[in-house]
Amino acid sequence: MDTLAQLAEMLQRGEDQEVLRLTREAVAQGLPAGRILNDGLIAGMNVVGERFKRHDIFLPDVLLAARAMYAGMEQLKPLLIRDGVPARGRVVLGTVQGDLHDIGKNLVAIMLRGAGYEVVDLGHNVAPAAFVDAAEREGARVIGLSALLTTTMPVMRQVVELLRERGLAGRVRVIVGGAPVSADFAREIGADDYGYDGASAVDKVAALMEAR
Amino acid sequence: MRPHVRFLSDELLQQILDEARDLLAAVGVEIHNPAVVDLLHAGGARVDTATGRVHLPGDLVDRALATAPAAFRLYDATGEATHAFGSGEVTFTPGSAAIYILDEATHAVRHPVTADYVRYAKLVSRLPHIASQSTAMIAADVHEQIGDSYRLYLSLLYCEKPVITGAFSAEGFPVMRDLLVAARGSAESLRERPLAVFSCCPTAPLKWSGATSQNVVDCARAGIPVEYVSMPLAGFMAPVTLTGSLVQHTAETLSGIVISQLAAPGAPALYGGSPAIFDVRYETTPMGAIETMMMDCAYSEIGHRLGLPTQGYIGLSDAKLLDAQAGWETGIGATLAALSGIDSVSGPGMLDFESCQSLEKLVVDNEICAMVRRLRAGIEPRDDFPAAPLFQELFREGHLLIAAHTRRHLRHEHLFPGPVVDRAQRSRWLEEGSRPLGERARAEVAHHLADWEPVRLPAEAQAALTERMSAEARRFGMDRLPDHAG
Ligand code: B12
Repeated sequence: MDTLAQLAEMLQRGEDQEVLRLTREAVAQGLPAGRILNDGLIAGMNVVGERFKRHDIFLPDVLLAARAMYAGMEQLKPLLIRDGVPARGRVVLGTVQGDLHDIGKNLVAIMLRGAGYEVVDLGHNVAPAAFVDAAEREGARVIGLSALLTTTMPVMRQVVELLRERGLAGRVRVIVGGAPVSADFAREIGADDYGYDGASAVDKVAALMEAR
Repeated sequence: MRPHVRFLSDELLQQILDEARDLLAAVGVEIHNPAVVDLLHAGGARVDTATGRVHLPGDLVDRALATAPAAFRLYDATGEATHAFGSGEVTFTPGSAAIYILDEATHAVRHPVTADYVRYAKLVSRLPHIASQSTAMIAADVHEQIGDSYRLYLSLLYCEKPVITGAFSAEGFPVMRDLLVAARGSAESLRERPLAVFSCCPTAPLKWSGATSQNVVDCARAGIPVEYVSMPLAGFMAPVTLTGSLVQHTAETLSGIVISQLAAPGAPALYGGSPAIFDVRYETTPMGAIETMMMDCAYSEIGHRLGLPTQGYIGLSDAKLLDAQAGWETGIGATLAALSGIDSVSGPGMLDFESCQSLEKLVVDNEICAMVRRLRAGIEPRDDFPAAPLFQELFREGHLLIAAHTRRHLRHEHLFPGPVVDRAQRSRWLEEGSRPLGERARAEVAHHLADWEPVRLPAEAQAALTERMSAEARRFGMDRLPDHAG
């Protein structure tokens, strides 16, 4: 098995120390950082995502793989920047104003980070302007909004409207989630997408990052 | 003898309590409310300035437990006593604060509106085995800032039963208190005859948000009972083991008792909760999981051991429709709750992880509640000894259908469910249209709604309610409340 296949394998098993070692080894072999990322780490993570959806493996296995992913990414980050390989992208995430439920949002953050995205987590009870400011400041292409209360859902609409007012609509995409939220609601408020769990958030964010 | 189930041995129960108390003293709780931190500090808690955590020593917990009442009553809108918490009676209340309502005809879910809420409150007023109403849905046709108080307003206008409710923010409380005072006539009579219980949730692990801790204090001072609703999610925000999660639940709940009792010694409260396991395949919090139910029963055992009345989110389902899963999860939960003697059981009507109410399910669950209340009443001798005379009568007459013994005891010994429970012969069932459960339940809902009787609240009280609610609505730009009388 070549190093990248081994790397993908170890990532799937959640062996962070092995992933760290193999990432270094791949770098030492002179493999381009972009290839190590895509054919090693992300390839492994994609398998993890598929197996999770099939219930072959469970959430703790996914989080272990995510932790291994971070270990590899830490090694690669400076090299990716040096090589000008575009990062997977940045996501600003938070639970909207008036809402304290952050368990689901935290899980989405872990899953997105595990998939190689940079997540700027604003926490809970976040005002609309704070999301938009952070997206501008951090150059994020996606804003993820979480709401668990019927009474805080309208804040999501405010974020979408504020993006429009600031001329950022289209450049910064919005994905929403949480128990009272649905794909219909996302459409209604002009958000770009909706995700019902961490795994779906990863797929949908990937699609939003691609979309131009 | 009342049948009873136990999950914890004496030793295990004591160990869980000891560990929880150690946690409170050694690790402490995080409280996002400076006024509550001051209250605890003045009461003898140690505040760690470096971490901000509040450490609760054992003697503080003991003092709180000593003043927490072992029993208290609720009274309906007419002032009549309906609940005697702490008496051993098991009572049921609909699952609270649903996001959706299930439309049984189309099987679609949607956000409820005022008309749905009114139908719900009217229905609950008719269901004999649902002892209290809960503010079970959030109406989507009013400004979101009045979402919590508006449901209480509608409840008070359409159903006399006491209300299990809760504020969504610290600001939500005064409005809701004003509504209760308006219904009762004065703050004093509200204190004397509580009309509502407020759910107040700590945040796992070992944390109180500013809003919920403020709600605890405000309720205690107004003499409004609370239920602490701790939600360890086993394997995620709490230990994966049921025992470990129980330790966390115990610590969080004890910290709530300490806050209440420092705010107002003697403040009434239910030792409640809504723990769940975390399903690591779907990322969900199943309320219908057997382990979730086991935790509910076990913490109720701990609450009772501490001499406190209890509450639990049990007797509900994660199914999306009124299907077999909805029935078995609700039925098993309600059965276990009854056998554990949980004083106030929150669940009926609820589906989909506490997200969705169904009026049809509520009617079905009313029958489940009836069954398990009968179960709890147990098997007692009633003019049964000596047995020989009754058997002589049976041999003499050939049957006991009209025996005095039968006539005396029939209606107590046997439960007669409503028409949603099918006990007909197949042929009769066919003759009457072979109607499936959902259809029978829908018809029952319609019957109950047709039989609804207006709430006997004085006209001045009703006007005061509307005035207070309208004033609050105006603050958020709503000139008038949705029409609900139609
Ligand atoms: C746990 C919980 C709590 C905990 C929260 C702890 C925390 N740190 O978050 C505590 C106990 C503190 C709590 C408090 C309250 N709660 Co609460 N809570 C729940 C419960 C049972 C589970 C939520 C949860 O964590 N699920 C597990 C996670 C993993 O799932 P999730 O949050 O849905 O997130 C997943 C998806 O939705 C999605 N997702 C979520 N966000 C995002 C974002 C993006 C971008 C994407 C793509 C996807 C995505 O992916 C996530 C991962 O799988 C729900 C019931 C329910 N049906 O949701 C009630 C519920 C949401 N709570 C409710 C209520 C009423 C309250 C309180 C107001 C109660 C009170 N009176 O004190 C307070 C809230 C105060 C406030 N202002 O916020 C109601 C809401 C009612 C309504 N109609 O609005 C619910 C529905 C329960 C009920 N029926 O009463 N609660």
